[in-house]
Amino acid sequence: MSSMAPPSGRRIRHGKASFRRSLASAAGPIATALKYASLFVATAVVLIPLMTLLMAAFKTREEYSTTGPLEPPSSWFNFDNFVTAFTRGNMIEGFINTSIILVVSLVGTIIIGTMTAYAVDRFEFRGRRLILGLFLVATLVPAVTTQVATFQIITGLGLFNTRWSAILLFMGTDIIAIYIFLQFMKAIPKSLDEAAMIDGANRLTIYARVIFPLLRPAIATVVIVKGIAVYNEFYIPFLYMPAQDLGVISTSLFRFQGPFGSQWEVVAAGTILVIIPTLVAFLFLQRHIYSGLTSGAVK
Amino acid sequence: MAALRERCRPAPQPSPRVSGSRGTARRSWRATPWLFLLVPLGFLVLFTYVPVTNMVWYSFTSWDGLDQTKDPVGFDNYVKIFTEPEIFSVFLVSIYYLVAALIQLALALYFATILSFRTRFRNLFKGVVFFPYLLNGVAIGLMFLYFFRPDGTLDALVALVGVNDPPHWLGDPSIANYALAMTSVWRFMGLNFVLFLGAIQSIPSELYEAADMDGATAWQKFRYIILPGIKQIVGLSMILAISGALSVFEIPFIMTGGANETSTFVIETINTAFTFSQVGLASAMAVVLLCIVLFISWAQRMIFPEGKSDLV
Repeated sequence: MSSMAPPSGRRIRHGKASFRRSLASAAGPIATALKYASLFVATAVVLIPLMTLLMAAFKTREEYSTTGPLEPPSSWFNFDNFVTAFTRGNMIEGFINTSIILVVSLVGTIIIGTMTAYAVDRFEFRGRRLILGLFLVATLVPAVTTQVATFQIITGLGLFNTRWSAILLFMGTDIIAIYIFLQFMKAIPKSLDEAAMIDGANRLTIYARVIFPLLRPAIATVVIVKGIAVYNEFYIPFLYMPAQDLGVISTSLFRFQGPFGSQWEVVAAGTILVIIPTLVAFLFLQRHIYSGLTSGAVK
Repeated sequence: MAALRERCRPAPQPSPRVSGSRGTARRSWRATPWLFLLVPLGFLVLFTYVPVTNMVWYSFTSWDGLDQTKDPVGFDNYVKIFTEPEIFSVFLVSIYYLVAALIQLALALYFATILSFRTRFRNLFKGVVFFPYLLNGVAIGLMFLYFFRPDGTLDALVALVGVNDPPHWLGDPSIANYALAMTSVWRFMGLNFVLFLGAIQSIPSELYEAADMDGATAWQKFRYIILPGIKQIVGLSMILAISGALSVFEIPFIMTGGANETSTFVIETINTAFTFSQVGLASAMAVVLLCIVLFISWAQRMIFPEGKSDLV
């Protein structure tokens, strides 16, 4: 059996290979067959809902009502449903609003997160542990429950039905990002700060010129993890931005259920349009997404 | 000079040699971290601690969300939650998701284990199993509405094996929660899988070599090397799965809107607050859920004491 599995690290390559070989010989052909069978079943379970949706998206209205869901469309080049979804389904506004919110809240999250991490990791001050504790406890509060009271704050600030509501909530509640920065900053030697300080740099300069550039890999991780979360977020825009022209991709797609309720071929096309950016991002950033989630999810 | 020295005095380590200018430098140095923390702390307080505090306050009132006055009602809202069966019974819906979460963890552990061994198309399988986790929740909801709808994909699939009178997967209350819980497994399994796979791959290979020399079987390697090596992450995932199952919201909200006995505690809370304008009662419900989640997290720290603390 020639394996195509890439070694995850050169140092452990030999050990792992010999371990795998011995497992294959121990497990025998039946176990190997079962293993691949289970993998193919899993692949089918993942792909069938996606593929049937993709097929429906290419069908004409008449074709959709006369053919079954497992039958492929007569033409894979019928993009009418995608055009309908994009123009009449407010998907353009959705993508524009999502992009604006994504960019602003990412920039904000990065600035806030790096500043917090810098202050907490590089300074000894009274109340430091208390601050860390406040951030830590906040990770335990499920955001969906507190919306009952957060709503009053957003309306009180006059932000209801503005993009700022989503932007501020995405920026202000991302404690995971702070932890990613904090973990990464611990690995940056303090002697760099001290050297800069001897050269006469003040703390703000050290933060902006020394620390921030060195945090680039952590920033990339936060951009990926946070970017996916913001792109997929449904509830906050649904609750705070109900205006028709403030739809983000989640809420625009959610509103398909009304006008296109019976036109499943258009709903399917809209859904595929939302999935495509995710697929592209995944194909290009696979490795970063895996490692980002591993460091981000285990807060 | 004298005034400056005077103001420096309350400092914790007053040095008698401190001159006026050095005193000023010290003071600004001490304020610096707080300048960096000003905005982050402001956000933390405004969007986490103020809402939680307000929520507790509202929960003891009969507030409708608009009225100028908030009438205190004592523990009435809490009594209502635990005595009115239609409110508390939705907690039972969590059991479907709880069981589904255990299935999800078991599947994730299985696929992580077999893919940590030599496998053809390993990266392809890894990507396919993981990909659903990245998808937009609304897209997943609509996709599975299409999958489960009458004459939809699932009906066509079961017709292939001869079932021509399939049930209404989402319309029949005795089945709908299973369908939704399975959708949830489809969505979230990939995350657990990737976390487990990462943990398995970080186990030092020397352990496997030693096991090989001792002639260990594949099962023994799993039981005595892999399982202890990933205990921490499995424990954490289990806690997250439990609190996730209790606060299920998106999938049932998007797919059924809570109809056909699929409503969850969070959907009820949201409807109570924003549809029925009973902010007081809804706040009490949210406080109950918050307490449960905090208790589970606390229990996790008791059961798995190490880890996490490295940041402080």
